[in-house]
Amino acid sequence: MSKAEVAKHHREPLIHIVKRDDMVWWRAWLIRVAAIAIAILLIGVISVLLTGKDFFSIFETMFRGVFGRPGKSSSRMLWYFLQKTAVLLGLSLAVTPAFKMKFWNCGAEGQALMGGLASMICMIELGDKLPYPALILVILVSSIVAGALWGLVPAIFKAQYNTNETLFTLMMNYIATQIIKYYLYIEGGGTNKINPVKEGNLPQIFGQEYALNVIIVLVLVLAMYIYLNYSKQGYEINVVGESQNTARYIGINVKKVIIRTMIISGAVCGIMGMILVAGTDHSIDTNTVGGQGFTAIMVSWLGQFNPFIMIFMSALVVFLNTGYAKVADSCGLDSAFSDIAVGLVIFFVVGCEFFIRYSVRFRHSRKEAQV
Amino acid sequence: MIIQMITRAILIGVPMLYGAVGEIVTEKSGHLNLGIPGIMYVGAIGGVSGAFLYERACGNVIENMNPFLAVFIPLLCSIIGSVIMGLIYSFLTVTLRANQNVTGLALTTFGIGLGNFFGASLIKIVDSEVPTVAVNDTSDIFCSTLPFADNLGWFGELFLSYDFLTYLSVIIAVITSYVLSQTRVGLNLRAVGESPATADAAGINVTKYKYLATCIGSAIAGLGGLQYVMSYADGGWSNDAFGDRGWMAIALVIFALWKPHMAIAGAFLFGALCNANNYINGLGTETQELFKMLPYIVTVIVLVITSMRKKREHQPPAHLGLAYFREER
Amino acid sequence: MAKQAAIELKNITKTFGAKVIANKNVNLTAYRGEILSILGENGSGKTTLMNMIAGIYFPDEGQIFIDGQEAVIASPKDAFAYKIGMIHQHFKLVDVFTAAENIVLGIKDGPYDLKESTAKIREICDKYGFELDPEKKIYTMSVSEKQTVEIIKVLYRGADILILDEPTAVLTPQETAKLFDVLRRMRDDGKCIIIITHKLHEVLSLSDRVSVLLKGEYVGTVNTSETNESQLTEMMVGKKITLDIERTEPENVTPRIVVENISCINREGAKVLDNISFTANAGEILGIAGIAGSGQRELLESIAGLQKLSEGNIFYHNPKTECIDNLKDKTPIEIRNLGVRLSFVPEDRLGMGLVANMDITDNMMLRSYRKGKSLFLERKAPKDLAQKIIEELEVVTPGVSTPVRRLSGGNVQKILVGREIASSPTVLMAAYPVRGLDINSSYLIYNLLNEQKKRGVAVIFVGEDLDVLLELCDRIMVIGSGSITGIVDGRTATKEQVGLLMTKTSDESVGDINE
Repeated sequence: MSKAEVAKHHREPLIHIVKRDDMVWWRAWLIRVAAIAIAILLIGVISVLLTGKDFFSIFETMFRGVFGRPGKSSSRMLWYFLQKTAVLLGLSLAVTPAFKMKFWNCGAEGQALMGGLASMICMIELGDKLPYPALILVILVSSIVAGALWGLVPAIFKAQYNTNETLFTLMMNYIATQIIKYYLYIEGGGTNKINPVKEGNLPQIFGQEYALNVIIVLVLVLAMYIYLNYSKQGYEINVVGESQNTARYIGINVKKVIIRTMIISGAVCGIMGMILVAGTDHSIDTNTVGGQGFTAIMVSWLGQFNPFIMIFMSALVVFLNTGYAKVADSCGLDSAFSDIAVGLVIFFVVGCEFFIRYSVRFRHSRKEAQV
Repeated sequence: MIIQMITRAILIGVPMLYGAVGEIVTEKSGHLNLGIPGIMYVGAIGGVSGAFLYERACGNVIENMNPFLAVFIPLLCSIIGSVIMGLIYSFLTVTLRANQNVTGLALTTFGIGLGNFFGASLIKIVDSEVPTVAVNDTSDIFCSTLPFADNLGWFGELFLSYDFLTYLSVIIAVITSYVLSQTRVGLNLRAVGESPATADAAGINVTKYKYLATCIGSAIAGLGGLQYVMSYADGGWSNDAFGDRGWMAIALVIFALWKPHMAIAGAFLFGALCNANNYINGLGTETQELFKMLPYIVTVIVLVITSMRKKREHQPPAHLGLAYFREER
Repeated sequence: MAKQAAIELKNITKTFGAKVIANKNVNLTAYRGEILSILGENGSGKTTLMNMIAGIYFPDEGQIFIDGQEAVIASPKDAFAYKIGMIHQHFKLVDVFTAAENIVLGIKDGPYDLKESTAKIREICDKYGFELDPEKKIYTMSVSEKQTVEIIKVLYRGADILILDEPTAVLTPQETAKLFDVLRRMRDDGKCIIIITHKLHEVLSLSDRVSVLLKGEYVGTVNTSETNESQLTEMMVGKKITLDIERTEPENVTPRIVVENISCINREGAKVLDNISFTANAGEILGIAGIAGSGQRELLESIAGLQKLSEGNIFYHNPKTECIDNLKDKTPIEIRNLGVRLSFVPEDRLGMGLVANMDITDNMMLRSYRKGKSLFLERKAPKDLAQKIIEELEVVTPGVSTPVRRLSGGNVQKILVGREIASSPTVLMAAYPVRGLDINSSYLIYNLLNEQKKRGVAVIFVGEDLDVLLELCDRIMVIGSGSITGIVDGRTATKEQVGLLMTKTSDESVGDINE
């Protein structure tokens, strides 16, 4: 028998990876938080090595950079922070229903740009022709329609022919960018720039420029949470995403769900475009969304498709981005340092999921037989 | 003018060709690497940094530079940079089985960050007026052509006027095509991407192939960044100048139906399409911008047609984007 | 000259986990130049045993001898080294590759030369009489061609002990005949062929000897020339075990589902249902017996509106309106809208019947969430239902908000059956509802089915354990290769009778046993 015993041991690799059944939620979150903490510490160490400053002053610079010193500027900076968080959060919310359905909508950028463009056109063309409330309504509706259309096109082909949606939506981003460039030439008269437009700006409330934007996004958070968890449509999205076979078994029309969900995803992107154009910049250029459509994908995924967790994740990403840009600035480094930092944090969070889903066992500690 | 148009199209197309061939190699192992745009940035900045340091070591005098080292050092730095990026991606997606889309997008953010960060640092070192750093001497050496090319008129211009990285891109594409379709390594790699369980059962080391394909693919893609800086931009680096060429390269993969030799023609066609606006008379600047949409629209059409026709050979590798875990059957 | 034993198994035991004993003290010998059949019902441990020879599993106890030498087969690679090749039921082929590319995949024999390999493949084909185009792509092939590729794959690697796992399950009679010719030729060439099957007539026409397994244990080996169908059936099904499942006399029996001449063709173009007609009555349990994969799944899915029929009609007799509706070409929603109260417990519990990642309450809603005009979900009723099912069926779970993937197999099944019964159906279809369940849970399910029968529901029960079928069902319909081979009375039929019908194919189906 010894020969067989030897062979058996020989066959078992030193490290054996086993799929975990389930981890208690708080342990899973402990691992995620630990991963983020390790990543932030690592970036701190890198910053120290690059700048020669001491460890804690870097974190101090970060906080100051984001929230300002106590005093007059801090409120303005806080609103700036909230505004940036709100935009990223809104885009993350937009891509979430699609992801839950396992539809990789990488086109939030383009969908938001088209929504923004619709706002811009309304602001310029109708700004002095319509009464203010009607103008705002037209802006809202046209942004939603534009964003939804931009999401609808790839969805139709996905539903009908199973066309790869990742690349389709990606291409739609660039088509949108070129349309914006075209529009900039026409409207900007060769300058490639549109000066901020006075008409059709979203109203200021509490005397704050960005307050309405933040409120709209918070409403969206709540609405999306309710839609995904308490509506029949949200339930169908969940079933389709989990198992198309089950969807078929209970008679869900999968194609219809794909198209409907992408219209919603695009429509929310359209609203974000409106917030960026009518509520923030009052102008548009190719960089209005600034690549946040991609960051939104990561935020949505990091937030486990839960809108409330996404609030924290988008705040974290914006904090890291702004904070490290300030650190870099104060040390004479380039602001691109913040991209490196955000990239590293995401690597750690994405990587740590492995330890939540699998457990690693060593040869001698393993007892039960495989099935 | 036609000749100029073609040479221009080729020049624009080459970085995309590198990127596409690199992505094809990676995708053949079943991994959709959306980090290619970031990897190309790193490949570019790696080369620029290497060249920058070597030029400094030589006192910025071209006569002091050894042509071999002037090419070899940037090339090596570029490849090392891209392979490290490839390793990060493969560790996360192969070993840790992380989501490929999210990892790829994060890698692109990270890579563009790295490129711009080091670019800006170099710019700061030279303390120049404009936000660029130039390694013109190295670029000159990279772009030196055959001495008799100039004497051959249009023939010379059309076929012999390019830098060596342009020729290398075509050679790599042809070799990759050959390896994929005609060798055992290629067969094994394709099997890994199509059905890792089958490959595993046949005794192929799936993990090894995935790592190698990703890293080699990254190295190839990184060369695209290098070619862009050394040839297209004449050795000048400025932040974000590389633009969306990486994404175009990924689109080109579909256009080429996962065949490297098709990517050669596709890349040059894309180059021509990107440049078409400059050659159609009577276009206003605004219409030119609309014409720049062409490559994207063409890609979308190709995407739709390939999905409609459902021809099996024209589909992505069957296991693309899915992690492989042996005990999950 | 005495035959040489190619492979000899001594006291092989294999268990999975603590409970499941797949093989227990199995002894087996196979000689060169012979075809040995391994006969046994589903779950009798045939495939597990062969997987140990092929290096997929490693035995817990016992020894394997090859050509008289003790062998250690720890991986498929080791098996290759001993010249053992196994053709699995599920083919491991790369679809976009040609046959030749698949055959040479993973072999390192000198330089890569597909032309030379193709020539070698043609040689093998000629030698044994295979018909195969080595340059044909797998995805364009029929199932039988794919099987040929798998067989040549192991021959190309030089195997001289071949194990085939249910090779005829997917073949037409003509293809089967061809395969048998090839196998005979290989036997005459001195190879050792082991074939796993449960089709008696195949065993009798093909093999030299038959070894029988029953519930993981070795029953015995007989020479084919000295045996007959009834002896083999007896060995295969064992003695009848009395289970004491309650069976009441059916009351108010009226037709509920009338299936007329339905046929169905699957994606590969094979006929999976062939001209099936039967009636499922209200107030009785109709059992469906048959070898796994004979068309049971397709039959139930046809009635549920999940399969496209190429021919035939399915009529539903509505007890309320007394209308007769044709369910052909209707989607599940359309069937529901007709007022057909049809419940279906599919074989694939977590992949079809339930959503693994959703909690129990949300799984309860799968059938009912559409109710009402509101845009929002109503979770109160499903939650109460979940609570009720947990209590009544004694489901072991931390609570109603536990994802079903965390429950054990038996509890998952209770949830699924409970939900399907809760909608007070008029037709209840259950596919293998007790598979993998312990005794207590199984009896609970039998009782639930019986209750439904008493309430006048037409119950269709697809099962694999003949003892259960014989004690639970009022009538048993036996299907083989997509067609009905007989319908017998559950009270009078014997185990051998049903077993015999299961192993027949349509062309030799016996009409006179019908009721």
